[in-house]
Amino acid sequence: MNIGDNFPAKLPEGPIANKWTSYKDHINLVNPANKRLIDVIVVGTGLAGGSAAATLAELGYNVKAFCFQDSPRRAHSIAAQGGINAAKNYQGDGDSVYRLFYDTVKGGDYRSREENVYRLAEVSANIIDQCVAQGVPFAREYGGLLDNRSFGGVLVSRTFYAKGQTGQQLLLGAYSAMNRQISRGKIKMYNRHEMVELVMVDGKARGIIARDLVTGELERHSAHAVVIASGGYGNVFFLSTNAMGSNVSATWKIHKKGAWFANPCYTQIHPTCIPVSGDHQSKLTLMSESLRNDGRIWVPKKKEDVEAIRAGKLKPTQIAEEDRDYYLERRYPAFGNLVPRDVASRAAKERCDAGFGVNATGEAVYLDFAAAIERYGKEQAHIKGMDENDMDLVRSLGKEVIKTKYGNLFQMYEKIVDDNPYETPMMIYPAVHYTMGGTWVDYNLMSTIPGCFVIGEANFSDHGANRLGASALMQGLADGYFVLPYTIGDYLASDIRTGKIPTDSKEFDEAEKSVRDQLEKLINNKGTKSVDYFHKKLGKVMWDKVGMARNAKGLKEAIDEIKAIREEFYKDVKIPGSINEYNEELAKAGRVADFLELGELFAKDALHREESCGGHFREEFQTPEGEAKRDPKFQYVAAWEYKGEPSKAVLHKEELKYENIEVKERSYK
Amino acid sequence: MDLKLKIWRQKNASDKGKMVNYDMKNVSPDMSFLEMLDVLNNELIEKGEEPVAFDHDCREGICGMCSLQINGRPHGPDTAITTCQLHMRKFKDGDTIYIEPFRSKAFPVIKDLIVDRSSFDRIQHAGGYISVNTSGNTQDANAIPVNKDDADKAFDAATCIGCGACVAACKNSSAMLFVSAKVSQFALLPQGQIERKTRAENMVAQMDAEGFGACTNTGACAAECPKEISLTNIARLNREFLKSKFG
Ligand SMILES: Cc1cc2nc3c(=O)[nH]c(=O)nc-3n(C[C@H](O)[C@H](O)[C@H](O)COP(=O)(O)OP(=O)(O)OC[C@H]3O[C@@H](n4cnc5c(N)ncnc54)[C@H](O)[C@@H]3O)c2cc1C
Ligand code: SF4
Ligand code: FES
Repeated sequence: MNIGDNFPAKLPEGPIANKWTSYKDHINLVNPANKRLIDVIVVGTGLAGGSAAATLAELGYNVKAFCFQDSPRRAHSIAAQGGINAAKNYQGDGDSVYRLFYDTVKGGDYRSREENVYRLAEVSANIIDQCVAQGVPFAREYGGLLDNRSFGGVLVSRTFYAKGQTGQQLLLGAYSAMNRQISRGKIKMYNRHEMVELVMVDGKARGIIARDLVTGELERHSAHAVVIASGGYGNVFFLSTNAMGSNVSATWKIHKKGAWFANPCYTQIHPTCIPVSGDHQSKLTLMSESLRNDGRIWVPKKKEDVEAIRAGKLKPTQIAEEDRDYYLERRYPAFGNLVPRDVASRAAKERCDAGFGVNATGEAVYLDFAAAIERYGKEQAHIKGMDENDMDLVRSLGKEVIKTKYGNLFQMYEKIVDDNPYETPMMIYPAVHYTMGGTWVDYNLMSTIPGCFVIGEANFSDHGANRLGASALMQGLADGYFVLPYTIGDYLASDIRTGKIPTDSKEFDEAEKSVRDQLEKLINNKGTKSVDYFHKKLGKVMWDKVGMARNAKGLKEAIDEIKAIREEFYKDVKIPGSINEYNEELAKAGRVADFLELGELFAKDALHREESCGGHFREEFQTPEGEAKRDPKFQYVAAWEYKGEPSKAVLHKEELKYENIEVKERSYK
Repeated sequence: MDLKLKIWRQKNASDKGKMVNYDMKNVSPDMSFLEMLDVLNNELIEKGEEPVAFDHDCREGICGMCSLQINGRPHGPDTAITTCQLHMRKFKDGDTIYIEPFRSKAFPVIKDLIVDRSSFDRIQHAGGYISVNTSGNTQDANAIPVNKDDADKAFDAATCIGCGACVAACKNSSAMLFVSAKVSQFALLPQGQIERKTRAENMVAQMDAEGFGACTNTGACAAECPKEISLTNIARLNREFLKSKFG
């Protein structure tokens, strides 16, 4: 079945540049006095949920917000490093709303919706204005104006940043906006609370069951609409750059209640992360893409150099320039080290698979700053009227410049690896980082469940099969500050006379009972293995067979193996303690149980998509040069409907039309 | 390497709590401190015992969720890092390691090593924002130029992760460093000027109401702060506070 028959995506008509404006002009509004009669639940207080909660409260709605950390300030968004895009064209380098739109659609390998992406580009500039007004301390030039840097897959400088802590500063901005509303009593904040079920009344989302993670108690919360902003599901791989608690449960619960899950297999593997060091590893650390502005990626040209490096007999700094293979610059001269992430990750894998990896496990490449240190050092020496040929001086001046740009990242690297990246190149390898897939939503950001909206990384909407760097922060804030606050009004306009939704209904009873049954089943299981054991096992299957390169045989095996792990989990998992107390193992078990279902749907989606596009690379479908080969047959969004278990999920296709951009081969050469 | 751990165990807020000994064998120097605790916990679970509860999330030094007083120091023996960034190579074979929660009257223990830091949030509710609407139309970002030096200083103050190590390090349990970081960020920016007086006053009043102690300028906070928030911020907060009273 095609989307459009039953669930219109509600894409507005008219020329692309006017769609959002004219759409806003014609949707239903809720008058300020009536907003006071309406309750909205927001699950998640990262950039998307935090900005939405603040804005909805400011508009007058009664907001209840939930997060599982001890404060909204700790959401995973805090970890975003490199920056946020906006079509401001402050650099006068030819940027525009259209160009940001074009770059994002092309970067997504022509697998996203034109309408959504154009709207995102359109509101992007306003995000920066908003954040500056809130006191977000972005990096500035000496003249006092905002500075920019470049990210992969684009030819302009449109990324705003706050050193390597852009996500932190933006999230603290949204947090401060929330605090203002919390102090006014317009947001009621529930920290250390986890949404464990969606409650539906007469086919509409009308509330949630939440578990207080401190006392273990189940609580009922009702509202006229539920907004899910729970982030991405990269942790299905166990190892990823996501925070430890990041999970799929909120979106998986709504999926099981009827929200379609779109493109689960679109995952971003980020090229520059610190390689795995051993079995004890609990997560992977990103080294921001911004480093590729100044770092050059290479491996040795000669196998004997590789051997010598692995044996500790040779240092990378001792390898002569002509013996290095700057493979991105070689293969992609136009974009060089700044090709998009999917391309850079595959290129690293290709070199490592060919035997050129530079660490003990053969899974690492170099990211080298020596050339940038020299270049900046010379520039500084020149500006300061010092000796440009004194290499020691030049290097020390250059290091200072690098430090001001990336100081915290270099420190992070040094603490983890115990190696000084100012002196020797960093070692990096791709790691799971972001999920483009997520809940299917229409132009209003509403899922297929009426009244259940999904924003931020949790939805599927804007990045197609690959997200460009610095665009997730943009999307989260666009959704929360500028899109949802309008579109939710269109839905809520019919609810002004509904009155409070009672929580003593049979729907709430049933939802709470089903949660309690699941918790009891888990806690009473007399197994022998910890939750982590199963999570790691799942992660290994995902990485080996559903990771950077996929093929039909591996995917079929993965589906069977994941099913088997799921069965084993329910037989043999062991959870200490009890339900009515702080019990992290129990909370984790619930999340892993959901990952074990999602993982299977993920592999199923990857198997059905017989093409390569963006982050989804099927070995059977590649060009002779090893690039992803798209197939026009698959120019659609794959939205899965839950039917009892992942293997029975039903596929719905939303055809993608490109009227403003010509679909071309995606080339960065 | 082999280690002896002495860990604070406390079932819940009303339990008295005590130190419990654990032996850890074969710890790799490349493990992070929290990964070492993960290994301990998995062993405990498989033995049928309760794992040690501790807070953590990002595990890269930015969310501020992790805490722990390790051998008497908040975030352990290294400087300018959080507990999650601490690696076992900082310890040696045979070491005994004391692991306790952050201690302060304003941070009551929830369980084992987890404390309740919601007092920090309430201080932010009292004034840690600029009252600008997010849904309205703001002026162009570059219409508010900011001197780079001020912008950089505001940024440095704004990197506080709200972990509470400053409080745990202070013999008076003072939260001055934390409060001064937010007040300074806004005091240094043109956007923050309008509410400058009330902000300092309200945030300090809330800090006092939460039961944090007075600042006697020992500097212990800045010495243990993982983000190296500078003591000059406390001096600035004092000036801001005086100005709000008498200025
Ligand atoms: C290391 C790193 C660096 C990055 N750098 C950049 C960058 O430079 N630029 C960029 O654009 N993007 C970057 N990204 C991506 C970007 O940070 C994320 O995509 C984005 O922050 C997601 O925001 P969000 O609001 O959708 O979700 P999150 O920030 O993940 O927030 C999720 C929220 O949901 C809550 N939650 C989840 N489940 C539940 C539940 N069941 N019940 C209650 N609450 C729940 C959590 O408590 C949290 O508050 C980076 C990502 C990583 C991992
Ligand atoms: S001032 Fe430093 S120690 Fe105190 S909360 Fe902030 S980051 Fe933590
Ligand atoms: S876990 Fe986030 S700072 Fe340590």
